[in-house]
Amino acid sequence: MQVRSRTLDQVKEGDALPELACDVTATTVVLGALASRDWRPMHHDKDFAVERNGVQDIFLNTPNQAAWFERYLTDWTGPKGRLGKIRFRMKASVFPGDRMVFRGTVARVATDDHGCGWADVEVNLSVDERTVTDCTARIALPTGEDDNPWQRHGADWQPDAAPL
Amino acid sequence: MSEEIPSEVQSWIGQRLYEEHGDFPVEMGYVWSSCASVENGNPIYWDEAVAGQITGGPIAPPTMISVWFRPHHWAPGRTQQAQPLQVHFDLKEKLGLPEAVMTDNTITFGEPVRPGDRLRTHQVLRSVSAPKTTKLGDGRFWVIDVIYQNQKGEHVGTETYTGFGYRRSA
Repeated sequence: MQVRSRTLDQVKEGDALPELACDVTATTVVLGALASRDWRPMHHDKDFAVERNGVQDIFLNTPNQAAWFERYLTDWTGPKGRLGKIRFRMKASVFPGDRMVFRGTVARVATDDHGCGWADVEVNLSVDERTVTDCTARIALPTGEDDNPWQRHGADWQPDAAPL
Repeated sequence: MSEEIPSEVQSWIGQRLYEEHGDFPVEMGYVWSSCASVENGNPIYWDEAVAGQITGGPIAPPTMISVWFRPHHWAPGRTQQAQPLQVHFDLKEKLGLPEAVMTDNTITFGEPVRPGDRLRTHQVLRSVSAPKTTKLGDGRFWVIDVIYQNQKGEHVGTETYTGFGYRRSA
């Protein structure tokens, strides 16, 4: 299988990532919760979510949101893109019936002292143009066709070297 | 609320707490369920030849790091529901703060996690703030690191949670 990955020289500050939209159903929420072994009832039991959490329906759980962000980022980088760090802050919940929209912008491009190429990306998850979660991610990209961030280990892999 | 942090809580800061092993080895079934749940078609998770070429064999998506530690919903002989992130619940109890929310979640990734890995974890309380008042109520912020290693002792990831424990405003 021929697979291509984005290289660092193809990325610059201010670049917009392609938008991703997804219509959320109850199945999306339950599948995401069970795939992340999150058995808490607000992610599968609507009565519990309404009566105990005071919200309108079951809602996406945190680890599944992280998985959505990862998918969004690696759709853009290709398979050699290697996530180094991710930070997110949830401001509201995602419910069945919502149309999630992911948008991203490259905030910084850098090569560290070990030759690893990095892109810092600001990702916004919104529903009806209202921000649900803000995320900042640092992802390693190959610096050329022969580079592969997945081959970095130990001191050569420093996702924390610069503040995110 | 007293300004002072109780000495017992103070003594936890910086200590290695709650060392645990995952209930089961990392396996591809959950990897595929997770990828299916977010329609992640990255070939390193679906095509062994690509995984061999790029990641030196199959790996789990990095953001699945905490999945390997969520306890089974039921286990024979267990009498109490197991809690992930126990330090958070200990803080609520010791500080007398009945409600809590997580405000921020950061994950830093190390070595890739591979099927068959037996991961272990421990928690470190990094800090507890002075009393603060927010729109939720009166309480304190705290920062907890959850550190993950594989069976070789290699660092595979660190999750940092910022929590706010509080008592609702009257």
